[in-house]
This record gives sequence, C-alpha cells and structure tokens, in this order.
Amino acid sequence: MRRQGPLIITFITGAVIILQYFIPHRPFSDLQQLFNTWFLVIAVFALILGVGNLGKIHFERVFRRRENWPYSIVLILGFIIMFGAGIIWGIQRGTPFYYIFWNVHIPMGSTMFALLAFFVASASYRAFRARTPEATVLLISAIVVMLSRVPLGNFIWKELPLIGDWIMAYPNMAGQRAIWIGIALGVVSTSLRIILGIERTYLAGK
Amino acid sequence: MFNMLLLLLLLAIGVNSTTYIESLNLTLVLQTSTFPETPQMLHGTAPPAPPTDITGQDRPNDAGGRTVVSWTKSADDGQGKNSVQEYVVFRSTNIDGEFTEIGTARKGVQEFVDISTTDGVEYYYMIKAFDGESFSEPVLSGAITSSAQWFHVGRVNMLVAVLILSFLILWFIQRAKKGEELYIRPIAGLEAVDDAVGRATEMGRPIMYIPGIMDMDNIQTIAGVIILSRVARKAAEYECPILVPTCKSIVMSAAQETVKEAYLDAGRPDSYDADKIRYLTDDQFGYAAGVDGMMMREKPGAVFFMGCFYAESLILAETGHSVGAIQIAGTAQPSQLPFFVTACDYTLIGEELFAASAYLSKQPLLLGSLKGQDWGKGLLIIILIIGIILVSFGFQQVVGWLTVG
Amino acid sequence: MNIIERFEAVDRRIIFLLIILAVVIPLLFPIGLKIEVSDPVQRFYNAIEELEPGSFVLLSAEYDASTMPEVYPMNEALVSHCFSKDLKIVSIGLWPQGVSLNQEAMEQGAREYEKEYGVDYVNLGYKAGGIVVISALGEDIPTTFPQDYALRPIEQFKIMEGIENLDNIDLIVSLSAGDPGVREWVMIAHGRYGKNVCGGVTAVSAPAFYPFLNAGQLKGLMGGMKGAAEYETLLKQTGTASAGMDAQSIAHGLIIFFILFANFFYFMGKRRRR
Repeated sequence: MRRQGPLIITFITGAVIILQYFIPHRPFSDLQQLFNTWFLVIAVFALILGVGNLGKIHFERVFRRRENWPYSIVLILGFIIMFGAGIIWGIQRGTPFYYIFWNVHIPMGSTMFALLAFFVASASYRAFRARTPEATVLLISAIVVMLSRVPLGNFIWKELPLIGDWIMAYPNMAGQRAIWIGIALGVVSTSLRIILGIERTYLAGK
Repeated sequence: MFNMLLLLLLLAIGVNSTTYIESLNLTLVLQTSTFPETPQMLHGTAPPAPPTDITGQDRPNDAGGRTVVSWTKSADDGQGKNSVQEYVVFRSTNIDGEFTEIGTARKGVQEFVDISTTDGVEYYYMIKAFDGESFSEPVLSGAITSSAQWFHVGRVNMLVAVLILSFLILWFIQRAKKGEELYIRPIAGLEAVDDAVGRATEMGRPIMYIPGIMDMDNIQTIAGVIILSRVARKAAEYECPILVPTCKSIVMSAAQETVKEAYLDAGRPDSYDADKIRYLTDDQFGYAAGVDGMMMREKPGAVFFMGCFYAESLILAETGHSVGAIQIAGTAQPSQLPFFVTACDYTLIGEELFAASAYLSKQPLLLGSLKGQDWGKGLLIIILIIGIILVSFGFQQVVGWLTVG
Repeated sequence: MNIIERFEAVDRRIIFLLIILAVVIPLLFPIGLKIEVSDPVQRFYNAIEELEPGSFVLLSAEYDASTMPEVYPMNEALVSHCFSKDLKIVSIGLWPQGVSLNQEAMEQGAREYEKEYGVDYVNLGYKAGGIVVISALGEDIPTTFPQDYALRPIEQFKIMEGIENLDNIDLIVSLSAGDPGVREWVMIAHGRYGKNVCGGVTAVSAPAFYPFLNAGQLKGLMGGMKGAAEYETLLKQTGTASAGMDAQSIAHGLIIFFILFANFFYFMGKRRRR
C-alpha cells in the first residue's frame, strides 16, 4: 500500500487534469480549482519541512562543534533576524525588514548573479575554441550576436545589429524549436509513464 | 504536459492561437430593437449616437455562467463627435422589467462578457453609450441564455494528437513487454555515469548531485530524481559518499527517500546518511552560493547537474570545474545548454534527460515508451513538412486545423 | 611551460581582474555610445502605446534581488510609460521578492506622475503556485487575490471595480528572470485565454523567447539591460540601463578579445605540437 497509494493518487489527479483540459463542464472545471488550492496549501507546508531540515542540520553542527560551525551561527542568526523583523514590524517601507532586504539581501543576490560575467569570461577563454568547422561557425555567430547586443556593435558597423537579429530570429529560433519539440515529446512520454505508473523511481524504489 | 504539446504545435506552425474560436460559428445573432424612450440628457447637450447591431451568445467552451454581448460602436466613438467615453451595460430577466447596470466597457470596445449569469435563465441586455454628460438612446438585445459545455470543440486537434501519441507509446510498451529487442542509440553522457562515480571513488572524494532549482511539480526535477536513484545506487555499491543539496524542501524529501532506497537495494543501508541530502534555500543565488561553498569545502570528484537550471548553471559548473571534478549535466532548458556544454565533460540535451531513466535501467517498459516517443516525433516532422508546403501554396485552412482553442 | 602554453592556461583571476576594469572604468567615465532600438522592444513599446487611456495592464513581477540590475530598469521604464499614458496597473508577483521590487518601481513612478494607490495602481502581492495562479486569475481575480500586498481587502480600491478576471485586462506584462514567468503567461494567459502578453526577461534567457515572439504569442520582448536601455531610449529617458550600456559594450568587447586571443594561442600551440 505504501507504493500503491501514491500511484493511485498520481493516476487520478493526472487523469482529471487531462480530462478538465477537454471538458469545461462541472465538476471538472471545479476539480482543477480544487487541486490548484491543494497544491498551494502543500507548497506552503513544504516550506516548514525545509526550514526544519535547515534548522536541524545547523543547530546540530553548532552543538556538536562540527567543522565550520561558526558559519552555522551566522546562518541561524540571519534567519532569526530576518524572520523576526518581518513578523514584528511587517515588510513595508521603513521597517527593519525592508532596510535589510534592500541593503543586505539585494546587494548580495546581485553579487552572486554578477559572478556570471566573470565565469562567462573565464569559460569562453578556456573552452571556446575553433576546433572543428562547426565550432568555427558557432564562434563567429557568437561574436556577431555579442556585438550586436550592445551599442558597440552599431558603432563598429551599422548592419551588425541586423545580422545579429537575423541570427537570433532564424538559425537560433529553428534550433530552439527543434529542441523544444524534442523536449515536449519527452515531457509527454515521461508524464504518461508517471501517470500510468510505469515510471515510479521518483516515489523511491524500483 | 498537454500545455507543452499545445506549445509545441503552436511553435511548429507559428500561428496566433486566438483566431480559431472566433471562426466557430456558434454566434446566435439576435434581433436588435431600440428601447422606446427619449435620450437622457443631463446638461442639455446633444447625446451621443447609440451603438448598433447588438448580438449575444453563450460564451462557448466554458463551464457555464457566462454570456458575451457584442455591438457595433456608436457613430460618435472615435469619429463623428468623438464624444463617447464608455458603454454602460444593463441586464434584466424580463424585457419589460427593470434593467440594472452590470458593468461598463471603455470606448472603442465592442464586447462585454457577463460572468454572473445563471444557466438556463433568459437574459436581456441593454447598452447605452455615455459621453460623460448624457446617455445615448438605449439598444436592447434579444433573449440570451448561458450553458455549460461537455467538450471544448477548439481542442479536437489536441485530443487527436494526444490519442495518437499515447497510442504509439503504449503500443511500443506492449511490444517491448513481449520481449522485442529495441535499439536505443548510445548516449555518451549516460555511458559516462559509472565512470564518473568510479573516478570519484578512486580519488577518495564524494559525489555531488544537483537536481536543479525547481520543485517536484517540474518534470525536469522528476527526471533528475529518477537519475539520482541510479547514481546513488552506483555510489552505494562503490561506497562513495553522495551529497545532494536541494533548493526546494519537497525535492529534499523525495531525494532522501530515493537515495535511502538505492542504498537498501545495494545492500548497504547502514552507509546511508540523511544529513548529506539537505535543503539549502529557495533563493536562486543563495542556493548557488551555498552549493559553490560546499564544492570548495568538500572538493567532489564527480558532479551531476540533472534537472531545471537557470542563470546559476555556469556559476555552479565553473566552480565544479575549478575543483577538478568530472561533470555530467542534463537539462531541458535550451538557454542553459551552452553553459553546460562549455563547462562540463558531458551534457544531456533536452529530451536525453527524459530518456536517461529508460537508458540507464534498460527496463523494456521504459524503452518502449522511448520508441513510441520517437515515432511521435517522426509523425510531427511529417505534419510539419506537409503544413509548410500547404501554407506556402496558400492553403491557409491548415493553420486553423492545427491551432488550439 | 613555454609562453604559448602559459597563455593557453592563463590564471582565471587575471581574466576576472580585466573584466572588473572593463565594467568599472566606463561606469566612471561614460563614452555615450548611441543606443539603437531593436524590433522586439519597439513592438513592446507599441503594444503599450496602442492602449487607450484607462486601459488595464496586469504587471506580473517574477524576478528577485539577484536579477534586479537587469530587470528593475525594465520595471521602472514600463511603469513610467504606463503612468504617462494614464493606464491603470494591476500588479501581482509570482516570485515573492518581485512584489516589493515592483512596489518600489510603482511608488517611484506614482510620485513622478502623481498617481494614487488604489485608484491608478494596485499591488495584489505574491501567491505561490506559478502556473496554477495564472489559470486561477483567468477565472477569478478577486477570489485568487482577495487582499493586496499589505493585506487590505481589495474591495476598498476603486481600481478593482469591475475587474473580475483576465477578460477585463487589456495587456499582460511579465517581467521575469525564470519560471514561473513569461513562458507560463504565454501558455495559460495567451494560449488558454487569448490575452496579449509582453515579456521582459534576462539577456541570457532572451533567445529562448524568440519563437514565441515570431509566432505572435508574445506581443513584444525586452531582453536584459540592453532591452531596458532601448525602452528608455524610446521614452526619451536616461535611466540606469542606458548608463550601464557603455560598461556592457566594453565587457562584451573584452570577452570577444579573450576568445580571439585564446584561439590565436590555441592554433599557435597546435602548430607547434605538430
């Protein structure tokens, strides 16, 4: 039953969601709404699960003085301060939460994202080689698109942005569509396997 | 899943999906009559011309409770005196009874959807143009009734596509069940899974498995967890520790169950450590920072990226590369594929991620579904080519056939 | 290790240092390169421009602090455009942080154009569920979002009078840095409810949205800081995106230089190894 239960639930919900796509009549339209609401409730409770795991691991690390335990104190304090500030004073403009969000969280998040620029540079330096004719075509089109995406391209040659747009709108789009069609079929096939219970590894076990 | 198919059909043909419904001739054209009373003037100025040709119908393909009233705009809307500001919609269940206002439509708009009808009840609608000072003469519709439909007629084509594809997949599963040998082309990234685990074990380093940053409702995450099962089993056999940092708590829970089961299967339940599969944060770059930190501290010998990734893909893969890990990635996010191809040793592209489970397990049932999927793809390519030829020769109806309502 | 091998395997910290310089110097000493408007951004602008004053724009914020440098300038430019045309903004967020970032942009725009909260714009806050929320909005907005972001009942806001579902919305704009985002809006709001959708996305994900644009499923597309800078150009404003364009130009130029430089030494090395 431990495995049968989830399989039956998966089959029923999957079948209902498919049917409601074709049948607008009640009760199908209402059932979809109902499932939607359940999903929202589960998503909120899942957050508690995550926070519990986070707390358990880091409190344990601090109490048992495991390797790098001072970092866990930073994490726990960060969590308590942010959570407490939001609960006590709310999250509107002028509150401590708002202050921390704009002056600590946003700069830190942006810093991580900005790392991408550095990693793109180092990865392209290391790996973007014209090893084969195909790689050479890719390299040239990459350079054209990169230049066409910034005002520098227009400054170098007026037609460059047009060539860049053409690459994006035709060769790029054709490739994207082909990949998407493959993905969509893969999704249909995987979904069908899951709904019919052929694929059940995600439920743990064979 | 069907939205994906919808998307794919639209992408393939490149059409706007709003046109089909409009072409359905379900409109009940109702007689227009003019309300026999004088225009209401509030300040003595001439009222705007009334709207004309008021028609109504049940809103098609819905669960009932809705009607659509449409009209031709007033002669003073956008032209003439250009004084119309809005149309006021009134409703009554009795043509001679009292009409109550139920809403307004801005100037230029020629349609109003009434979302508060009771199915089976006859409604009469009255529209007046308003110029900010006075109302036009009212125009009145005939009786309109709403009802619910049992089938969405705009989606017949989708139903056919789903049935054909499902049939193909199930048919090949049946054939596989009967023991028929099915050929699947070699996928280098999946062939390398065992080697990567073996290499990490030899180096005495752990394996790190990243199942993407989306939740379990994302099919790529499910595919990631399925592949995790095979990788964890191999890791358990080699007694190589496996670290799974997750971005969503449900994924953590599913991953813990999966890894535990894999350790049980490999006969090493004692080696399983639930704390190695942990939740970091829901925040995208907070997660990237956390995983990068783990990579720098733990120095994994092999890193697997299997699931749905966004801008953090290269941040993770470059860090993995810098600690000297052998890296295998798989995602159905086309925009992240170039980054993985650049920074990883092997990359599963799009559908290969979904094929991985069948490929690694070699279970006939799963292989059969792959074969069916391939046939579906072949069929789609044929439809695509025929569609392009027909549209190129001016046979535009094909666009309507393939557009989903 | 000879000089060619040394250049082939250059310490990546040197690359990082050069990138910092390429970004910081143009920010301190702007060059003022001319910004040309591309077709997808022009189409986005036209979609807003074509709306009658008083029309409703549903603005959905699906980004967070990390992607703010790219998406926030779009948010500012868009709000500015909507308010200058007297359009009403009903906003939501499918990402929690998007709500406060968007609120900031709207408050800033409201001060500039003297707009009133609850009359000209409203922020209905965050709801978890992504695609599920979008389909719920298609059926019933007040039930899906009974309160605004500060937990005030939406009945008290004049702007919400007559807003029942997506039928009452004239244009949907999703500013997104991932999923749920533009893709989901196209799938549900356009695919199922036939609404016009425009999208603002990060530069890295923009190529994936060209198919939607060319199929007419997206009315317009802004990609990354460049897209925002083009939009600012159309509005004849100089915002944060325009200011960042010089830095981005030089950084792109430098990365291209790295690629060519690395390839030069790769071929030199190959020849020598032969």
